[in-house]
Parts: sequence; C-alpha cells; structure tokens
Amino acid sequence: MSRKALKQIHLAAHFPGVNNTTVWSDPAAGSHIDFDSFVHFARTAERAKFDFLFLAEGLRLREQGGQIYDLDVVGRPDTFTVLAALAAVTDRLGLTGTINSTFNEPYEVARQFASLDHLSEGRAAWNVVTSWDAFTGENFRRGGFLPREDRYTRAREFLATANELFDSWERGAVVADAPSGRFLRDGRAGAFAHRGPHFDIGGRFNVPRSPQGRPVIFQAGDSDEGREFAAASADAIFGRYGTLDEGRAFYADVKRRLAAYDRTHDQLKILPAATFVLGDTDAEAHEAAYEVRRLQVSGQTAIKYLEHVWNRDLSGYDPDGPLPDVDPLPGENTIALGRASVRQFRDPLETARRWRALAEAKNLSIRELVISTTSEQTFIGSPGTVAEAIDTLVQADAADGFILVPHITPGGLDVFADTVVPLLQERGVFRTDYEGTTLRDHLGLADPGGEPAREAAAS
Amino acid sequence: MSEIHLAVALDGAGGHPVAWRETGARPAELFTARYWAGVVAEAEAGLLDFVTLDDALALQSASPGAQDERTDQVRGRLDAVLTAARVAPLTGRIGLVPGVTTTHTEPFHVSKAVATLDHVSRGRAGLDVQVSGLPYEERHFGRRPVPLQEDELHEEAADHVEAVRRLWDSWEDDAEIRDVATGRFVDRDKLHYIDFEGRHFSVRGPSITPRPPQGQPVVTARATDSAAYGLIARAADIGFLPSRDTAGTRAAVTAVRQLRESAGPGGRPLHLFGELTVFLDEDAAAAADRLGRLDALAGDPYEGGGAPVFTGTPAQLADLLQEHREAGLSGFRLRPGVIAHDLPAITRTLVPELRRRGLFRREYEADTLRGLLGLDRPASRYAVSALRAS
Repeated sequence: MSRKALKQIHLAAHFPGVNNTTVWSDPAAGSHIDFDSFVHFARTAERAKFDFLFLAEGLRLREQGGQIYDLDVVGRPDTFTVLAALAAVTDRLGLTGTINSTFNEPYEVARQFASLDHLSEGRAAWNVVTSWDAFTGENFRRGGFLPREDRYTRAREFLATANELFDSWERGAVVADAPSGRFLRDGRAGAFAHRGPHFDIGGRFNVPRSPQGRPVIFQAGDSDEGREFAAASADAIFGRYGTLDEGRAFYADVKRRLAAYDRTHDQLKILPAATFVLGDTDAEAHEAAYEVRRLQVSGQTAIKYLEHVWNRDLSGYDPDGPLPDVDPLPGENTIALGRASVRQFRDPLETARRWRALAEAKNLSIRELVISTTSEQTFIGSPGTVAEAIDTLVQADAADGFILVPHITPGGLDVFADTVVPLLQERGVFRTDYEGTTLRDHLGLADPGGEPAREAAAS
Repeated sequence: MSEIHLAVALDGAGGHPVAWRETGARPAELFTARYWAGVVAEAEAGLLDFVTLDDALALQSASPGAQDERTDQVRGRLDAVLTAARVAPLTGRIGLVPGVTTTHTEPFHVSKAVATLDHVSRGRAGLDVQVSGLPYEERHFGRRPVPLQEDELHEEAADHVEAVRRLWDSWEDDAEIRDVATGRFVDRDKLHYIDFEGRHFSVRGPSITPRPPQGQPVVTARATDSAAYGLIARAADIGFLPSRDTAGTRAAVTAVRQLRESAGPGGRPLHLFGELTVFLDEDAAAAADRLGRLDALAGDPYEGGGAPVFTGTPAQLADLLQEHREAGLSGFRLRPGVIAHDLPAITRTLVPELRRRGLFRREYEADTLRGLLGLDRPASRYAVSALRAS
C-alpha cells in the first residue's frame, strides 16, 4: 500500500506580549524586558528545533479612557536590538521581527534587516505591518499618519523599495582581494533609484547582499487587502484561524490567490497564532485552562475589553452581570487607543448584537463572554491529544504549522518543547534536527528571485 | 594622578583607506559577527572603557560631496546598533557605543534601540551622535529637498538627543509594580509624556521601553572643528576633540566648557576626550615607514579622517597623552590606523605602558559604562519633579 508522504509541520514561538492573554500575576511569570527572559525563550525554541522566534511591536503605550492602560503587561524592548542580541546566543533559530511600514523609511529598515541577516548568518525575517493612526504618529517626527486607505499602498511600495535595495548588491560583489587591491567587483554596487507615490529616493545602498538575499517576509493582516498583499509579496502569513473549518477556508482562500501572482502553493506558508494548555491528562488540562482563563480575564479586564467595542465608559457595569443594555457609540473609537484588537471590530453594533445573542443563549456574564471570545485556548489536553490535534489540522490543510504563544514569560514554552515536540517527531511530522542553516531552509523556501538583471547580463 | 580613560573608534578594517589590505585584516569577514566579536573582545582584553562603532546612512566615499565609484577601498557597513547588540552577550564589561545619524532617524526609534542595547548589555550602552549634511545621503530618504545648514543640523541633533533623553526618563525606575491586589501591572503615575516640541519635530511619549539600567546611556559626540561645540555642550556626556597640540586642545576645551556653562545642562558632568588616529610600532621609524607604505599603496597621504595622525612607539604615545591631558582632557579616543595591527598595539603595549605609569586601570572596577567613567546614575527628571511637586 502506498502512503502519501506526511506533510511536515512548521512550529514557531511568539514571545508573550502586551495583551490580557499574557499572565503576569502567576508566580512563575518572569520579566518581559530582561534579556535573560529572551535568552531562555529563544534557547527553548531552538532546543525544540522550531523554525523561528517571533516578536511583535508596539509604538505607543495603549490608552483607555484617556489614561495609559495599566492592567496588562506594559512596555517592550526594541525589536531589532533584541533579535541581534539573540543571534549571539542561538545558532539556527530564525529571528522574526514585526516592523511597521508607516513610521519608518525604506533605506533604514532595509539596512537593519540586511544587517540582521548578516549578523545571524541568514536567519532574519520581517513581519510587515501597517498602521495609520494619528495617535501613534504623535511619537514620530515625520509625523503624522496616513489616510487609512493608503496604508497598504504605502506598505506595498515600502516592501517593493526595500526589495530593490536588497537586490542592489549582487552576490559576490565584495571581492576583498588584498593582493590586487580590489575590494568591490563593481564601483556602482548598491546603486538604486525608486520613484513612486510614497517614495522618491535614489543613491547607493550600503549593505552588501545578505546570506538570504532578502529576509523572509511575513504578513499579518486579515482584510481582503491584507490577503492580497500576502499572496503577492509574503513568504508566510501570521494567521488568526486555528480551528479546522475557519482554518481551511482561510488557507484555501489565500493559497488560491497565489496563482494570480505566478506563485506556487508552497511559496506561502500559513502559520496561525495558537495558544495551548497542557496537563498530564485531558481532564487536568481542561481544569488548568479554566484557571488560566480566570487569570487572563479579571472582572476589570472584562469591562475594559467590552469598552473596546462599546466605545464608551462601562465602569458602572457588573462584570458578573449581563451585557450592557445600551448600544455602542457610533463613530471613530476614541475610548481605546493604540490597540490592534479594536480594529477587528469593524461593525461594533453587529458585534454587540452577536455577543448579546451568545450571552443570552449560553447564559453568560460579561466576564464569561469575554473569556469565551478572547481566551479560548487553541489546544488543550494531554501532550498526546495536543500533538494529534496539531497534526490533524496541518494534514487537513487548515494550516502549515503554528506560531505558539505561551501565556507565561519566559518559561511557558518549556513543557511544550519537552512533551509535545517528541510526540510530533515520533509521528514523523516534525524534524528531529535542523536540516539547513537559514530560515529559508527551515521553511522550505527557495532563494528569492530578484537577482538584478545586470548580473545575469554580466555573467 | 588620576587615570586616563581610553576608547577606540572602530570602522571597517581601520582608519586608513587601505587598512583592509594589511596582514591579518580579514577583509572578507567585515560583514560577519565573528569579525566584530573578535575586535571588541580584543578591546575588552585591554580593559578599555568603550568602543565606538562608526556608522552612516550612505556608502563610504572618498569624494567630499559625492558618492565615488572606487573599487579599491572598503565599501559597505553593517548597522552599528545591531552590531553592538550582536556582540553585547559575548562581552561583559566594555562599553558599546554605536554611531547613529540623528539627521535621518526617529528619536523614538533611536531611544528604544539604545535603551534596549543597555538592557541586553546590562548597562554598557552609549550613543555616538552623528550628523549628516550630505545631499546624496538626504536622497536616500527624500524627506527634505535641501539638506539643513550646518548650524541647523547641530541644533536638530541636540533636539534629537533631548527627545531621546526625555524618553529614557519617561518611565520612572519603579513604574512596573505588578500589584496583584489591584490588578495593575504598572503605576501609570510613574509613566510620563515627554511632550518635546522643537523647531524641526515634536514627540509625545512616553517610551514603550522601560528605563534602561544606566538610566541615561552615555551620549557622545565628535567635533572635528568648532561647528559641533554647541552640540557637545548641549547634548553630550563625552565630547571628542581633535588632539593636535596642548595649546589648541586647551582652547577647544575652554570654548566647549564655556558653552556648557551658558547653554548646556549646568550640573551634568562632561568628559572631554582627545582624539587621535594612531600607527604604533616598537620602533618609531617603523611606524612612520608603515604609514608611508600604506599611503603609497593608497595613492594619497592619509589625513586621519578628522583626527590628527600619530606615528611612533607606545611609549611616545603615552608621553603625548600625558602631555595633552594637561589641557583638560580626561581621556582619549584612539582610531587604530589598521585595526589588525594597531588595536593589539593599543591593548598589549600602550595599555601596559600607561599602567606602569599608574595611569590606567588593572581591572574593570565597575559593571556599567557610567560606572567606568565615574558618572553617577541620574534619577529620572520626572521622578525628581514629581518629588518636588509633592
């Protein structure tokens, strides 16, 4: 009997961030700033042979009701700097950083990623995100913000410009031959010129071509525009759908879009974020998951979360009581600023209606409703149950793998590495050692095209 | 007699344009972490105070106002902040001071990057402020049609540093409280908007990165002539001045100190370091011959890149440093002409020579760069003002 080869799972680790799913009150929770925390987390991910470590980014402290939000973890270090330092304490782990295309400039960002790729010997990846808000823009001298409809046009042009810079040095342009005195092969190395609606720049890029040619590109948005951007330009999607039906629908939709850009099915990996709670038995895991949810969503947190949708002060409501009887305030959300999650609620009235119906049908309090919408763990169970669930989703094309987000910093990944990973290896669906040295190798991505035409012409 | 502080400026294979062709230069490794780790480890073995890493947002060029097309010199360099971060976990005591061009960067990004370098190095970070008025560098950003005038560039750089410093102070040291009883992770009263408003930009704050271990990482700036004196006076913890002779150095020191008094942050201490490019050999003639040979290979005499050129023995250099110090300098930044040759000459011969004279440390006496420089850890300005208000 012939057997179809098993699809190999990709796994990555997301350093727990500034949201209510990160439990800081647990005695096991450590610092989210000290470099030791990042070292521990990265080494665990590398010990488990994960593809990469993922860092999110924030450019303004979140506010609610005109005050800095204080219930969740607040603050984080600089993405590039942490990743460069982690390159010194790891050998194979990919290093993925979220960097905004709205509040940066292509020359500087391309230079930082090319440098990170050199300094890590080919392990850099860029999660390209966009933003438009004036609130974040207040922290930036170039200021301001974009009309919302322009954020993807800027992101697309930003990435295209960065690619032109990455490609401006040919492979082998640095000869460094001391006896002949020839350092460069071509005195025009790094020459570029880009003219578009957002960027009109030209000159010489100053970092030679890096080991991966270009960093691996991630994209995280879920809108129609975001999906199209990913199909056109990304190597991987940091996705949101971790269940079988939603995952399969998203997977099929995005992979279908690839053909329009002359790209094949395996040139874009779908990697949803996933949380997990493990126990010796499934029952123990479910019990633990209940406790975790209660820690993630206090009564105060539940009220604050609801305010994101209602766009108004709900502090007078009882978190253990029913949902507010008033409707969300229309217009721009002004109560919660700097939160990505707010943008998910495109139609607050509709969201409120749906949640009221859900709460009524299941008899949920405010806090229980928020628990059910924000902190349903993706995988709960014994290591065997979780390994099977992950494998099932991947083999069914609901995902190509998962970016795991533990709820404890920095030790939350340890138990997964020690118990679930060996089971996936036994199933023959996850590597027992790295087979290559670069992140492109781990993800099975080919070298980027885009070698400059003049090299082909010259050779 | 008090000790001399010593730093080295690192750039590619060294200051001299053909340094990359010298024995041991490893020019094919200039874009690897291995190279930089090795160089910084050598500086740390000599117990130097810190290294600076030169940087620019343009390719190197031998022409003053344009990008050249030469193929016989080092071209290309890695981002200095990332390089410093990459070597931070591999070193333990030496200060790491990357160059940052303030003309084209965002104070918010720079502030969190250097704060993070301070976190990952546990208190050894600095920031070497660089300005750029080059039109071809401006074209890499396309932000302003015409570069700023020189005085405006320095004023903008000083504003940049002020915004960066306020962001470092914007989290009080004990802002993170993790108060389980009230459910509060931070005390929001200890996070502060900086509301910087300058002529060229404004920044709201607070930082997203908690206050760095040193409170304020060490800010350095260089003056190759008097144009940058005001920047040093307003913004720096250490100013680098070309160390030509005692009289000239004394005049520069006096000018900067007077500006510090009138326009600068009054009480904050300011180190002034002399700066020299050095070619060191056990025999003075050998050092001069070596420079001559390199110049012949390059086709032009080397001017030192804004720092006077010294050739001679380590003992002669020690004499010179002692003499110039009398002009009011507390230390020196040396630019090795050839890193492969002159950096080990500094760490293995100059340093022991200074030590024999009782002028240099025998062990690292502090864990942080501020500690090595004898600078206190400042309190957050906002914590202090909150205290006054109460």
